[in-house]
Amino acid sequence: MIGALIAERCTNCNACVKACPALVFDPGEQTPVLARVADCQTCYLCELACEADALWVNPDAASSWAPPHRHLLESGQLGRIRLDSGWNEPADAGQLDDYRLLGPLLNEGVEIAGRRYAQKHGG
Amino acid sequence: MIASVILSADVLILGGGMAAAWAAIAAAEAGASVIVVDKGAMGTSGVTATGGPGHWWVPDDAALRRDAVERQTAKAQGLGDPEWMARIIDLTWRYLPQIASYYPFGSDGRGGRFINGVRGPEYMRALRQLALARGVTVLDHHPAVELLANADGTIIGARGVALISEETWEVRAGATIVATGGCAFRSGLIGSHTNTGDGLLMAAEAGADLSGMEFSISYSLSPEWASTRTLPYTAARFYDGGGRELDIPPPRAGHAHDQALGKAMSEGPVLADLSDAPPALHGVLRRIQPLTAAAFERRGIDLWRDRFPVKLFGEGTIRGVGGLRIIDADCRTSVPGLFAAGDAATRELVTGASSGGGAVNSAWALSSGRIAGAAAAQQARATLARQTGTGLGRIGLHPQRAAQALDTATITASVGHEIHDYKKAFWRRADSLAQSATVLEGHWQALADHGRAQGRDLVELRAVAAMTASARWVTAAAQVRAETRGIQFRDDAQALDPALAHRLLVGGLDTVWTRPDRATATATATAAATAAASAELAA
Ligand SMILES: Cc1cc2nc3c(=O)[nH]c(=O)nc-3n(C[C@H](O)[C@H](O)[C@H](O)COP(=O)(O)OP(=O)(O)OC[C@H]3O[C@@H](n4cnc5c(N)ncnc54)[C@H](O)[C@@H]3O)c2cc1C
Repeated sequence: MIGALIAERCTNCNACVKACPALVFDPGEQTPVLARVADCQTCYLCELACEADALWVNPDAASSWAPPHRHLLESGQLGRIRLDSGWNEPADAGQLDDYRLLGPLLNEGVEIAGRRYAQKHGG
Repeated sequence: MIASVILSADVLILGGGMAAAWAAIAAAEAGASVIVVDKGAMGTSGVTATGGPGHWWVPDDAALRRDAVERQTAKAQGLGDPEWMARIIDLTWRYLPQIASYYPFGSDGRGGRFINGVRGPEYMRALRQLALARGVTVLDHHPAVELLANADGTIIGARGVALISEETWEVRAGATIVATGGCAFRSGLIGSHTNTGDGLLMAAEAGADLSGMEFSISYSLSPEWASTRTLPYTAARFYDGGGRELDIPPPRAGHAHDQALGKAMSEGPVLADLSDAPPALHGVLRRIQPLTAAAFERRGIDLWRDRFPVKLFGEGTIRGVGGLRIIDADCRTSVPGLFAAGDAATRELVTGASSGGGAVNSAWALSSGRIAGAAAAQQARATLARQTGTGLGRIGLHPQRAAQALDTATITASVGHEIHDYKKAFWRRADSLAQSATVLEGHWQALADHGRAQGRDLVELRAVAAMTASARWVTAAAQVRAETRGIQFRDDAQALDPALAHRLLVGGLDTVWTRPDRATATATATAAATAAASAELAA
């Protein structure tokens, strides 16, 4: 669940309020407010929407705990998903050039498991 | 419900996932004014947004397509429709490239673009932008709550709640499309929080019937703390809590794989070990599925070396295939004025008894969206005046007895358990299904007797009612299909029964009914005739 909104980074642009499918955020005076944390479905899409890299989602869908903000600021995790996705890159930046490997790699895993099972069962 | 905001449009679309977006784009391209309302936000809500649908992709070559349709028809085990299959292959091939101005297609490794697999967040962002560019009005955080009908029972729009102001909105439209996705029964499946079967309930209140609900459970493996995409796990070895390796049939074994995992998970913790995963995955996982990498990194887990607990997340009707019955080639439901697209509709026409995950469901969502959008635009032109109507919603709005506060969280958990509990789902039997039916009946009765709420609470109460109704339809259909066919596995009837080689319709609210779809063959013929007729009209 959403764990942290780092106020010092937030520009109060409300992109997270608009993006959140579960309406977890309400608009606020200085920053949006985490109004309905229990509704968070851990989809990380607010992090993608946050160009200020001010949000951190706890990967545990049942926990909104967050490390102290100064640790988060040094963790390299803030904004990492946006960076890895190339979310704000121009369309020709090659951000999806490895995407075609999804199907083949998924199938390779299936083959590996199949061979392993056949060997074990004398097939 | 009394509306404080009244809008009108030619076409109203309920839902904002990929099916809704393609429907909106097609309706706008056909000249209609279009309003899309989503419970979440178009672009981020629904299972498309967090996923990465690979679309059924067969080049425009007669032999290749014939072969693809033949293989899919065999998988469908007698319940598919080859004409529909050919149609969605063609529409997907033609229209998916249309998003290129808004979607950063990657390389295919041979100097071209890789088109058929698209990453969810980028895909839904592109579809939203394309819809806006076509002039579509998008209302985010505007869940629909009930349909509106005129005196003849024709659907003329819907009402719902604006979540931020908690005001009631009403949209009057010449045609309405249900594209509210499937129902995952709040299993925690990634992206599915808003997919609670609301559209199925609303349509059923208008008298619509459903089909294929018995083919409605599938699962995906994920770390126990959150559902992710499944790419990293296909080569996993599994261990029990004591560190002993479990003998799990491989993923290709399908039901036997899930059954073995489900059994082990019912007995204690199961840990996955990914040390056998393809080495090439290590470097690129982050670039393919950044969200999956984050789910481990932030817990300090080395995905490729550390063992971690896993569970199976239920997918309800999402990678299963049941939904609103489609009665013609234009994606009409059995209710006049109401169309259905995507996971809200039955996908049996293109999947039969098999799961639609992997490629077919998204091709269906795109194609049924485009078909319903174009047909709804045409119908709206024929019904020019936007009419006033009566709200059809009953449960949660008009209780049969004194209104009482209900413990919706407990009902939700119980409904989810009846549907997704491993033992019940992987070993469906007449006795356990009958027990589930009784439990679900009790919940329905409590909701129908006492449920009443307003604003956001009403939206949640209706979602709980929709999940309960969907679970009752799934259970009733699974009871009647006393055989094993496709993804319906009956522990007490493990063979195919030739007498059940037809689709199964289900419907009803206070009293759930089922009946064989004897018209399956006739419907196919009618579909072809209607398709020919609308092609003539368009020409
Ligand atoms: C993990 C995963 C992986 C998958 N991978 C593949 C794949 O590789 N290939 C494939 O073919 N298929 C795949 N599928 C299936 C595919 O993603 C779906 O078939 C497709 O996304 C369905 O699109 P949709 O628009 O019908 O539903 P969704 O995208 O789920 O959209 C439904 C929308 O309806 C909205 N809504 C719900 N209730 C209301 C209401 N009351 N009022 C207004 N709006 C409402 C929701 O908020 C949501 O935005 C996968 C599914 C999952 C879960």
